[in-house]
Parts: sequence; C-alpha cells; structure tokens
Amino acid sequence: MAEEVLQRKTDIGPPHYSKFLPPIIKENYGKWKYHEIPRPGVLMHVADNGAKLYSVRAGSPRLLSTFKIRKYAELADKYCDGYLRFTSRHNVEFLLTKEENINPLIADLNALGHPVGGTGNSITSIVHTQGWIHCHSAATDASGIVKAVMDDNIEYFKTMVLPGKLRIALACCLNMCGAVHCSDIAILGIHRRPPKINKVNLPKMCEIPNVVASCPTAAIRPVVYDGKPSVEILEDKCMFCANCFTVCPALPLADPLNDGVSIWIGGKVSNARHEPMFSKLAIPFIPNNPPRWPEVTGAIRKIVELWAKNAHKHERMGEWIERIGWPKFFRMSGIEFQKEHIDDFKYAGLTYKRSAHLTY
Amino acid sequence: MAVDKKYDTPMLDELEKGEWPSFVKEIKAAAEWNAMSNDLLGLLEQSYSEKMGHWKHGGIVGVMGYGGGIIGRYTDLPEKYPNISHFHTLRINMPSGWFYTSEALRTLCDIWDAHGSGLTNMHGSTGDIIFLGTRTEELEPVFNKLTAAGFDLGGSGSDVRTPSCCCGKARCEWACYDTMALTHFITNKFQDELHRPAFPYKMKFKMSGCPNDCVASVARSDISIIGTWRDEIQVDMQKVREYAKNGTDIVKEIVMMCPGKCIEWDGKDLNIDNSSCLHCMHCINVMPKALAPGKDRGAVVLVGSKAPIVEGALLSSVMIPFMKIEEPFDEMEFWKLIENMWDLWCEEGKNRERIGEFIQRVGMGNFLDSVGLEPIAEMVAHPRENPYVFYEEYFEEGEEVEK
Repeated sequence: MAEEVLQRKTDIGPPHYSKFLPPIIKENYGKWKYHEIPRPGVLMHVADNGAKLYSVRAGSPRLLSTFKIRKYAELADKYCDGYLRFTSRHNVEFLLTKEENINPLIADLNALGHPVGGTGNSITSIVHTQGWIHCHSAATDASGIVKAVMDDNIEYFKTMVLPGKLRIALACCLNMCGAVHCSDIAILGIHRRPPKINKVNLPKMCEIPNVVASCPTAAIRPVVYDGKPSVEILEDKCMFCANCFTVCPALPLADPLNDGVSIWIGGKVSNARHEPMFSKLAIPFIPNNPPRWPEVTGAIRKIVELWAKNAHKHERMGEWIERIGWPKFFRMSGIEFQKEHIDDFKYAGLTYKRSAHLTY
Repeated sequence: MAVDKKYDTPMLDELEKGEWPSFVKEIKAAAEWNAMSNDLLGLLEQSYSEKMGHWKHGGIVGVMGYGGGIIGRYTDLPEKYPNISHFHTLRINMPSGWFYTSEALRTLCDIWDAHGSGLTNMHGSTGDIIFLGTRTEELEPVFNKLTAAGFDLGGSGSDVRTPSCCCGKARCEWACYDTMALTHFITNKFQDELHRPAFPYKMKFKMSGCPNDCVASVARSDISIIGTWRDEIQVDMQKVREYAKNGTDIVKEIVMMCPGKCIEWDGKDLNIDNSSCLHCMHCINVMPKALAPGKDRGAVVLVGSKAPIVEGALLSSVMIPFMKIEEPFDEMEFWKLIENMWDLWCEEGKNRERIGEFIQRVGMGNFLDSVGLEPIAEMVAHPRENPYVFYEEYFEEGEEVEK
C-alpha cells in the first residue's frame, strides 16, 4: 500500500491535445482558409495549401455506453485513421481526409442508429443535464424529453431548411447545470411546492445559519422545534429556487403532483447581428408526462414552425420576436399571456414596456 | 458483476422508438453485462412511473488529496436496487477541443468497464468526460488507472471548474487566438485551484476563438475569453461578387442585417467602415470564402456570467476590450488581474456567491478600484441613468480647491 501511495500521480492535468490531432490538422493548425457545408452534417475545411478536411457530424444521446464508444472507435479506425472529436453540443465528429469515405461512413452511422446532421441552419443536439438518471434535485427527467423532442424535430437536424440556427437546451432544475438561459428554446424543469421540512433530519444534517442565509427572498427563519433547532418557511415568499435544498438535504422540493416543465425562448450566445440575450418565458408550466412528454414536444414543434414560417433569413428566434414584438408573438402562437410571464424578482422593472411602441 | 435479474421497463421501452439515438438503448447495452446499469434501468422505470427522482443529496466522497472531481451519489432505494446503492460520478478533464484517437477512447472504456457502470457522458455540460456511476471503493483504483493513462480529474464544488474551449485553430479559420493552447495552459496553471476547492463558489473559464462563441462563454463562464480583431475585415472582392452571383442577396442578407450599419454594396464593391464594425461575425458567417477576421487578432475578456442560482442569471461583461494572446502565455499580464480578482473575491465574497454576483453587490466601480483596472466606456452598455452617485470625498471651507 505504502509503495502504491508513493507512486501515485496527481495534478498531471489533461493529456495534451496534440496527441489526438490528425496529421492534416497538425500540418494546417492555424492555416485554415475557409469552410463549406457540402451537405447537411458534413463540413469541409480548406487550408491555405488546398488541403481538405471533412468532418462528418452525427447526433448522440450524450449518455453513451462503453459499447457505443467502442463502435465509434471502430468507425474512426475504418474511415479516418482513428481520429474523431466531440462538439460542444455533444455531437460526435469523424475527421476524414478521403472524400470517398464520407458516404460509407454515413451509411454505417445510420445503421448504428446515429443520424448525420446538425450543421448550419438546423436544430442540433440538445445540451442537457442528468435528470432522473443521476440527479437529486431534478424536477423532470432530461434524457427522455430530449429524446422525444429530437425525434419530433429530426428532419430539422438532418436538413438546413430553417431561417437560422436553433439551439435547444434542457435543465432539469433552476440550478441549470446546462446553463440553458441563453437558448433559442430552453426547457426548464421547475418545482412549484415549497420544501417539505424533515424536522427529524434537519438538525442533524444542516447548519441553520447557512440555510437561513441561502434564501434569496428571506423566506426561511430559524425556529426551535421539539427542543431542537429547526427552520420555518414563509410559503408565500418561496419562489422554488431550491437553493436551500442545495445547502440542506432535509428540505426536499421534489413533488410529482407539482413538478413539471417551463419553456423559455429567444435567447442566444453568439454575437452575430444581435448581442447575446437571455431566453424569456413562453410557457410557465407543463406537467410532467413521461415517457414522451407530448405536451412539451407539441408546444416546441408549434413554436419552431411559427418561427420557421415567419422569420427572415438568418434571424434567430429572439431576433424575430424582437422585431415583431412579444404581444404579436403571443397572438400568433395562441399561447395565453399570464401573470407568471411578468417578472417580479430583482430587475423586474426593466422588463416593463415603457413606451407607446405597440402593434395592433 | 453478473446481471441476475431483469426489469420490465414498459415506459422506457417507448423511448427506444424514433430516429434520434436512444439513451435507453445505451443503458440496456450496458445492462446486458453490468449489474449497476441493470439496476439503473429498474430505478429509472420507477422514476418514470412515479414522476420523481430517487437519488439522495450528495455525500462527500473523493480520491486522496483531491477535494473535487467526484460527485457522490446514492439512491434512496438501496434495498430494492442494491447495485446502485453507491452511484458516484467521476469528472475527467477532457483534452482541449474534445479531440481523441480511437486508442484513447478504448483506454477510457477499458478502465470504466473494469470499475464502473459502463455508462458515460461524452461530455458533461462543463465539458468533462463523465464516468457515470461507481462505488466508493472503486474511486482510488479508477483514479490510479486514469493517471497512469495520462488523464486527470476535473473540477467540482467551489473550485476552478474544468476549463473548456472551441476547436479554435485546429479546425476553424475564424479562430482569433489559440483557444486549445490557452485552455491547456490555464488548466495546468491552476491544477491546485482545480482540484482543491478553496473559493467562495465555482469559477469557470471558457475560451471561444471568435464572437460566434461556440462554447457559450459569455453565458456560462465567470471568465469569458472571446477572440476578436481590431483591424480591418479581410475582403476578397472577387469572391464577394461570386456570392452575389450565386444568389446571396447582399443588401438584404448583409447590408441590412449589419448591426453597425457600416457596410455598403453598390453591386460591384463591398465597402466596410471598419471603425464602426461591431465585430459581430454576421457578414463573415454568411460569406466565409469572401470575408475573414482581420490580422491584428486577440480577445476581449468579459467577467461574471452564471445561471440563476442564487441571485439571478447574469451575462459576462467587458473587463478588457482587447488583449493579445500570444505565447509564452506565462508572461501575460492577465494573470495578475486574475490573481487580484481572486484575492478580492476570496476575501470579501460570501459563501456561494459567484464573482458576477459579487461585482453586482459591491458595484463595478468599487470592484475595478480594488483589482486595479481603470474604468472605461467599453465596460458599460451606457453610463448611469441614476443620479445617486457615491462621491467619496468633499471639500471643507478653507481647503484649497483643485482647479
């Protein structure tokens, strides 16, 4: 044991990326001239010296078995000397130098159940969180909704017929491990019932001052219960952020009757044309309806098609809605505008309409 | 671990249908031979029928000498699903740009097949390779095999989280600096801060090579380093004319959509008033063969973005409008700023207060004073509208008044 500890390596950092770059990339590092998208799911990067690199992009569920990763490795060996990468949105990309390998690779990927696409003006893979597969604070599942939404919009993954890019993201609670708050469409799991106080465990598991301080609306107060320190929650001040649960496991919010999904739209992170912007609330609440959440997929499909039909070329969801105005969006979409749509947190006043610029 | 029972999963089976690749098929593939994945299948089906998760809150587990990188996880139904009574996650620091060889992937698979559930995320939201689910006693052996293979853990908790970047110069003509090299450098420079949480809360770096920001750094990182340029957009006029000839409506798609209103097109020549260019990338995105970022390249540094918890979501805001990013990275003055920011935040920040929230609380002006940056107009969308100014000094009768 002592010997093992002595040999133990720490703080070595990740392997250097240069070990994993194909020769064509090493030769042309920083010397790329332009790129084209010869067909959906295939990028062609051309270097100053005329060298061509083809990237074939395939959709992935993000949750991958080692069995599937070995399959990817086999395909990489078969078609591109073992070189591949993953994208920031969980797609897998095979890096080819031989154009004639593109079609056979795509056929093999399709046979493996992985559609090719997600380039240009498409809906690419959904960035998402763990949900019921692995998370303690999930208000909904992640992978199930993602699967249902992508099934429902598969033609927009495989083609490039949309006006602009459409980025969907899902977070299964407000912690937003997926940081979905700047997406064209964000699917966000929400709780709607204040924490249930586990009075037996709370004094054992939680530090009361930390719990009290964790609440952004000061809804939590220290009390003594049965001679032991505990807390009480002013329920009308709770906005279900679950920050208290993060610091105190004895305050769970999950509740099947009240948990569900909200839909936020019109955000972006790119600087192209419009500055980056947050997504805004479109649909306050849709109950969880596993396994395929038809109300969620139906709502998203409707919003996607409305945008696809009405936006100018290159206009992202948020740019389109900003041009036509939110009242018009609500009229066109048939989504009912409710009290929940109006912000009432820190910077709420900045979101009120403060002019006579209205459409009728 | 042999699989000795089979669960009925009628709800999950519905998610095997359809054209998008199915995560249920992935879990089932692992469940063929792995008892942890098999129990996960049973538990997930139960969650689907009850509309509720069955994972307990956290639990502190880790490898020796590290405070981060492992997420402790236990099911609240250990009697029913004993093989996932522990189901801890390892975050493994990915190589810059998520490039791999088939050999490296197989090495990772071999390690994980021997010690865990056989399930992964490629990748997690922050960018790490995620090994999903193993027992406490397996953590040290996995770690030892990973480091022997040249991999190390990523961040978790109140530490530097695994820095991530776009593929940059490896495969993009728009990369205005070497994102992959800088990311590798930052990750190694801050190994201690990454593995041993000592901050008020998490601290994320994301490196994007151009203002298209493919890694969402402006929305998802405390330190957002976004490539840009400060000279003129490079124009190949012949190619612009080809785009026009081939159907690009230059007036409608380029001129009218330019946020700086700085482009004119007379049917023959494209004129760009670069002094008004906002460096948004739109015209370059639409005509990648004809236009390119300028040659004087570097990055804009923005600070403070985060998701809603605790005080509301924030986008990063400008700290340094332009800086050159060139090797040797170690000599960049930038690290002094990072050190100043961290010193201040560690000293004055509240528990679980991100640096963006900290700046909002103490005020940007005060923050700049403390970290040694001069206030400049690029840092704000507009000057203040509110006249309640906190002047710190005033004159007394008889003092000499500055002219």
